[in-house]
Amino acid sequence: MGILTVKDLTLKFNGKSILNRLNVDFWDGHVHAVIGPNGAGKSTLASTLVGLSGYRDFEGDIEFEGKSIRDLGVDERAKRGITLGWQEPARFEGLPILDFLRASAKNKSREHIEALLNKVGLDPVNYLYRAVDKTLSGGERKKVELASIVAMEPKVALLDEPDSGIDIESIYRIFDAVKVLKSLGTTVILITHSLAVLDQAEHAFLMCHGQVVDKGEVKKIRRYFEDKCIPCDHKNIPVQQIIGGQA
Amino acid sequence: MKTQPELISSLYDYTDTDPNLKDPETAHLVINGNTVIGMHAVTGLNIKVKELDDGVELLVTLDDGTIVKKPVHLCFGMLPETGIQRIIMNVNIGTNAQISLLAHCVFPNAVDVQHLMDATIHIADGARYSYFEKHVHSSKGGLKVYPKAVVHVGKNAHFKTEFELIKGRVGLIDIEYETSCDDGGVVDMMARISGRADDIIKIKEIGHLNGERSKGALTSKIAVRDNARAEVYNKLTASGAYARGHVDCKEILQDNGVATAIPIVEVHHPKAHITHEAAIGSVDNKQLETLMSRGLSEDDAVEMIINGLLAR
Ligand SMILES: Nc1ncnc2c1ncn2[C@@H]1O[C@H](COP(=O)(O)OP(=O)(O)OP(=O)(O)O)[C@@H](O)[C@H]1O
Ligand SMILES: [Mg+2]
Repeated sequence: MGILTVKDLTLKFNGKSILNRLNVDFWDGHVHAVIGPNGAGKSTLASTLVGLSGYRDFEGDIEFEGKSIRDLGVDERAKRGITLGWQEPARFEGLPILDFLRASAKNKSREHIEALLNKVGLDPVNYLYRAVDKTLSGGERKKVELASIVAMEPKVALLDEPDSGIDIESIYRIFDAVKVLKSLGTTVILITHSLAVLDQAEHAFLMCHGQVVDKGEVKKIRRYFEDKCIPCDHKNIPVQQIIGGQA
Repeated sequence: MKTQPELISSLYDYTDTDPNLKDPETAHLVINGNTVIGMHAVTGLNIKVKELDDGVELLVTLDDGTIVKKPVHLCFGMLPETGIQRIIMNVNIGTNAQISLLAHCVFPNAVDVQHLMDATIHIADGARYSYFEKHVHSSKGGLKVYPKAVVHVGKNAHFKTEFELIKGRVGLIDIEYETSCDDGGVVDMMARISGRADDIIKIKEIGHLNGERSKGALTSKIAVRDNARAEVYNKLTASGAYARGHVDCKEILQDNGVATAIPIVEVHHPKAHITHEAAIGSVDNKQLETLMSRGLSEDDAVEMIINGLLAR
């Protein structure tokens, strides 16, 4: 049984199905990866699962711990333990990192917040009182986002491209944070274009045109990167376009 | 009856200032209603006080070349629920002198109180004057505050003022500041105010960049919630060559609040350059949903975003 189950989910923008009778089941306590080409609908799926405004009007259902959450707003879903690390996180004028992390943290002690920052590779001495604003670099902002999610100790963490903008050295910090989440019992869903991130998962899904078109062990799904995709009759999309390779 | 030290400490209790200010050796002036209840000056800084029926008249002079390193603390307040406090302030900052003032205006119990401030400030050439006014109001909304200032900034002199009213209800605030700058002078005015219920916020800030290479920034950050209203009028004129200025007004609007921004830029010299931006809108949705996705309620998320915007 999955902790989060998506049944026949269809979401349309301007009459066009972005998610198209999508079915997926995320197992409790596992680290999952979702891969797929640009525009496949990965971020849209994440937004729909956390219940962002604009993503509430869909067909099908989403069940969390066996119960439908379709009528719950983003804050109510968060209170039940579902959260999202944004692909491009928001910036907040004048809000110190300390306060931002405390807002989501279960353990609000300063020591804990400092430890979290260290975990993602940001020295608390330099970052604790900096604002979560536009002066943070893209990578720094992504690290703060991840720290905030670990702080929350959620049941389900959707991480949309947690490695985007992250340098080679820091990528291991991201992996560490994923391990911390796993050790807390969090179900992690990694949305990614990176093999290294995919390898952190125990189970993976391939998305294409608003559907899950394959799933299974990482070893298997990994081949979509390695073999430049298996033959795909999906919506007549050229294989090269799916995996971003040369024609 | 409270003793004077008791009065001072009960006024100070409403401020969240650094404990150094309580050090009697820090230059300070504490006025409750129309009575001076504490005063300590430092060499080169002269403060003359005349008590009026409904307030005080102050003459503050800083001698040429005097540099006061630690901020001077002013505390104007009234503990009673009703009354009028009028402060007339004449400030003369001598050539190349430097001072920074931190003023607390504390009206913790106000039900029907008026606080009027009329300041004339002259900053001589090369001097630096910074004034941070922080208001602490009651939650009852019965306050009317009228801060007025006319400021002259001399050659290469520097004037910075910041007005903060975030704690307690605004009531009515009606700010009117007008400054003029000589060659190389700098004016930097900032207001951060949060209104709720039926609070009314009016800001009129005018800066004249008359001198060559003078610079000016007028910044307003306002939040209006419930039925509060805000009207921000910022005007920057430039007649000096190479004068540079920017007007920035940001207003966050929630509930039934109403906000107006009137930025006026007027340039009289082809080599001067002034820009402006004004943004009025509700709390950004992505910010809101980010905090909500971390478990905050919508109200708490809005509070956090506004506090950030209005933070120093
Ligand atoms: N609000 C919207 N209105 C209309 N179309 C949208 C909207 N949001 C997303 N789309 C479209 O839906 C499709 C899926 O977008 P989504 O962001 O989910 O892709 P993705 O798989 O996350 O891609 P990437 O790898 O580039 O991040 C895209 O074609 C996109 O243009
Ligand atoms: Mg995406």
